[in-house]
Amino acid sequence: MALEPEKNFNPDMEFFVDMQRCIGCRACEAACAECETNGQETMIHVNYVDRAHSVQTTVQVCMHCEDPACANVCPADAIAKDSNGVVHSANTSRCIGCSNCVMACPFGVPKKMEAAELMMKCNLCYDRTSVGKKPMCATVCPSGALFYGTREEIRKMRPNSDPVNTFQFGAQTVHTKVNVMMPKGSTALRVH
Amino acid sequence: MAKLPITVDKIIEDFGPHEAYAPKQGFQGHAEPDKLVKTHCCFCGMQCGIQLKVKDDVVVGFEPWMEFPFNEGRMCPKGVVRYLQNNHPDRLLSPIERVEGEGFKPIDWETAMSRTVSEIKRIQSTYGNDAFAMLSGVSLTNELSYMVGKFARVALKTANIDYNGRLCMVSAGAGNKKAFGRDRASNSWADLKHAEVIMICGSNVSETFPTLIHYIWEARDNGAKLIVVDPRITPVARTADLYLPVRPGTDSALFGAMLNYLVENDLLDHDFIDNYTSGFEETISSVKDHTLEWAEGITGIPAASIRQAAEMWGRAKTSFMLHARGIEQHSKGVDNVLGCINLVLATGRIGKPYCGYNTITGQGNGQGGREHGHKCDQLPGNRDITNPEHRKYIASVWGIDEKDMPGKGLSAYELVEAIHRGEIKGLISICFNPIVSLPNNNMVREALEKLEFYVAIDFFLNETARHANIVMAGALHEEEEGTGTTAEGRVVKINAAVPPPGDARADAAILKELAARLGVGDKFAYRNSEDIFNELRVASKGSSVDYYGITYEKIEKNFGVFWPCPTLDHPGTPRLWEDKKFLTPDGKAHFNPAPYRLSAEPVDAEYPILLTTGRVVSQYLSGTQTRRLGRLNDSYPEPLLEIHPSLAQQYGIKEREIVKVMTRRGEAEFPAQIVTTIRQDTVFIPYHWGGRKSANQLTIGVLDPTSKMPEFKVCACKLVPTGVIAPPSKESLAYQSR
Repeated sequence: MALEPEKNFNPDMEFFVDMQRCIGCRACEAACAECETNGQETMIHVNYVDRAHSVQTTVQVCMHCEDPACANVCPADAIAKDSNGVVHSANTSRCIGCSNCVMACPFGVPKKMEAAELMMKCNLCYDRTSVGKKPMCATVCPSGALFYGTREEIRKMRPNSDPVNTFQFGAQTVHTKVNVMMPKGSTALRVH
Repeated sequence: MAKLPITVDKIIEDFGPHEAYAPKQGFQGHAEPDKLVKTHCCFCGMQCGIQLKVKDDVVVGFEPWMEFPFNEGRMCPKGVVRYLQNNHPDRLLSPIERVEGEGFKPIDWETAMSRTVSEIKRIQSTYGNDAFAMLSGVSLTNELSYMVGKFARVALKTANIDYNGRLCMVSAGAGNKKAFGRDRASNSWADLKHAEVIMICGSNVSETFPTLIHYIWEARDNGAKLIVVDPRITPVARTADLYLPVRPGTDSALFGAMLNYLVENDLLDHDFIDNYTSGFEETISSVKDHTLEWAEGITGIPAASIRQAAEMWGRAKTSFMLHARGIEQHSKGVDNVLGCINLVLATGRIGKPYCGYNTITGQGNGQGGREHGHKCDQLPGNRDITNPEHRKYIASVWGIDEKDMPGKGLSAYELVEAIHRGEIKGLISICFNPIVSLPNNNMVREALEKLEFYVAIDFFLNETARHANIVMAGALHEEEEGTGTTAEGRVVKINAAVPPPGDARADAAILKELAARLGVGDKFAYRNSEDIFNELRVASKGSSVDYYGITYEKIEKNFGVFWPCPTLDHPGTPRLWEDKKFLTPDGKAHFNPAPYRLSAEPVDAEYPILLTTGRVVSQYLSGTQTRRLGRLNDSYPEPLLEIHPSLAQQYGIKEREIVKVMTRRGEAEFPAQIVTTIRQDTVFIPYHWGGRKSANQLTIGVLDPTSKMPEFKVCACKLVPTGVIAPPSKESLAYQSR
């Protein structure tokens, strides 16, 4: 099911995640939780990789897959991708809280909010991006680990990195709207 | 004064800290705010630009201020949720008074004012003017910092006024003045992006100044090499090209060895040294025995790494030296700072594009707050209170006779010690929470209990104000107009978004009325903050900190103005020392010998482990503000004891086991966090919490002889595991726990 895109959404703007730059401050989480659409719950998550041995943190955000598994497995047609490529959070009037999407997502993104019996996930700050603003998490990120802008901008800013939005999960290839920054020359990330 | 009027638990029940997750009146939907107010964050020295959303005279949210050039909308988590302080349930809405056995009860302003003034008069007529002291804070604007210094000297007529920058910036300031004659970071942050080598000494930049990290990452994209000196692998140290795991308290040995290496290998800028500096020969002779191997034995850093650092630093064409509390909060903090400056001067990399030396200001207005005269030894314009010409000039600005101006008073920790000895009987504090932030705080608590009268001006009832007779409800950052000065020396405009709520008052209004009741109202007849600023401009005119050419209008038009700015048509000075004319008596930059010496309390058989303290990203200083914001507490709910696995194994300490940490001053218990990111001989505890969780029960109140900065960063401790495993961290449940 495709939604009609908002006319002020700029399809040239993309989301880039640069894990090397993440300092684990959680400004993104705090900013995301300001969004009323989410009921003040954060839809982006920061985690330590292994705090016993490193302060390295990672950011988990919806990758907005080209062919979203979460939407494909939804029995209630509650999850929709619009023609700008934004995969929206579950339509609350349709979601039955079955958790199929939670299990299907290769990136481990959707969360079931047990209290509300609903799935919730990042919708690329649609309340902001649809009116020409940047997502709140990428706007506030103090380290540049999250960036929202054009591919040309990021190439100029990060001469030693390339954006990658092709992920290899075994035999399955997943293309996403969201990019991760990898060493120069990388074209895909093999997850396992 | 006796002990607290009621139990701590009851005070907390009444006044918090309670945690806010949302505005008291709830979120207001997507309704348009009445206005967006461009101002600055109330926390660290970066002073990020931010827009506050205001609806019905309440701050209800924020919107990034993309145009402000330093941070371009970027914020740290503290900045994101700071707006929840306005209208917070703990907010003091009227003056309150201590009632024995009952706690604190609201009173009217007339009662608060008249009782305070009569107590000031009683104490001063009985014990002398200096027996009534004042402690101030650098969360205050420039205008308030200036007004507090003047209030203490002109209204209270006391020498004993000091500020909490004494715990933050004074070692850097003293080092800067000795070497350059001016206390300011040498460059705007913009220069950092293009430096070839960046050396960060004792600064957990990513957690304490998160928005600055963007500049460091950008510099690295431009090819910069990064050297980090720290006993812990912090998020910025994790990525360094060269990480130097220094043993706490030994930084000056590292800098001395690096300088000696530069000399031995002729990695020097002879033209700069010969023409623009003095003291070189004396300084290098003081380090001639500082071999790499000698330094390895003291600092614990491999000699090869020290050589590599000296090579990287010495052979670079452009460089940036950054340091913060890690090297400054020592009984030899000034020497550590001078050791860093010697490396900068030896290579002549100052006063040029992409070459700089910046001390990173910790507190919001730590820079401006140390310029305008609420230090015990200083008058506005960073003038010296013992200098007859400086005194005469400021007395003329204030309209008083110079002989009526008090002299140099006691520094913050010394002042509290004088209270403890019974020499100071009365105290007024504003935005300072010494019972959490001073070292050896069991002594601080005892001192507060000895005061005959204590009045605090603050917006929350912090741990120290709980000991007050009267607390006057002051204003938050967003409730009063003024200016602040960022760590890079940029004077920015703080705009009032809302009026103080309830019966709370602007701090300037409180001081103004107290001054009037003390008989000097004519000296404080300001109509607004701009009046204060205009007087401050005149007071700073011709000094090393010249604000004369800065106006409110100019600040707003230019996204801030860098001082010095001596005339109205002057554009400001983002990069210092381009003319190589330093403000020292001989006009040259000064090398200063900074020989290594032991910290005040070396480890021994009884206390065999080094203890160091610091900050975490989600909290700010004594936590008065941040511990009231739920999301920040969720990120790091309680102070943890960071300990290396090998040390933990030696004591049989398990992950999250509660460990009793003991020093000669006190003991406290913390859950262990076993990590390989800390030296094996050192444990770390963040200091933002009070009471039983306070790290400053343990730290030592020994001061740097020049700056009077306490030695927070190193003392000796012992560890006693309790066998009790703390429950899982609330952090693991963060955001799902509400």
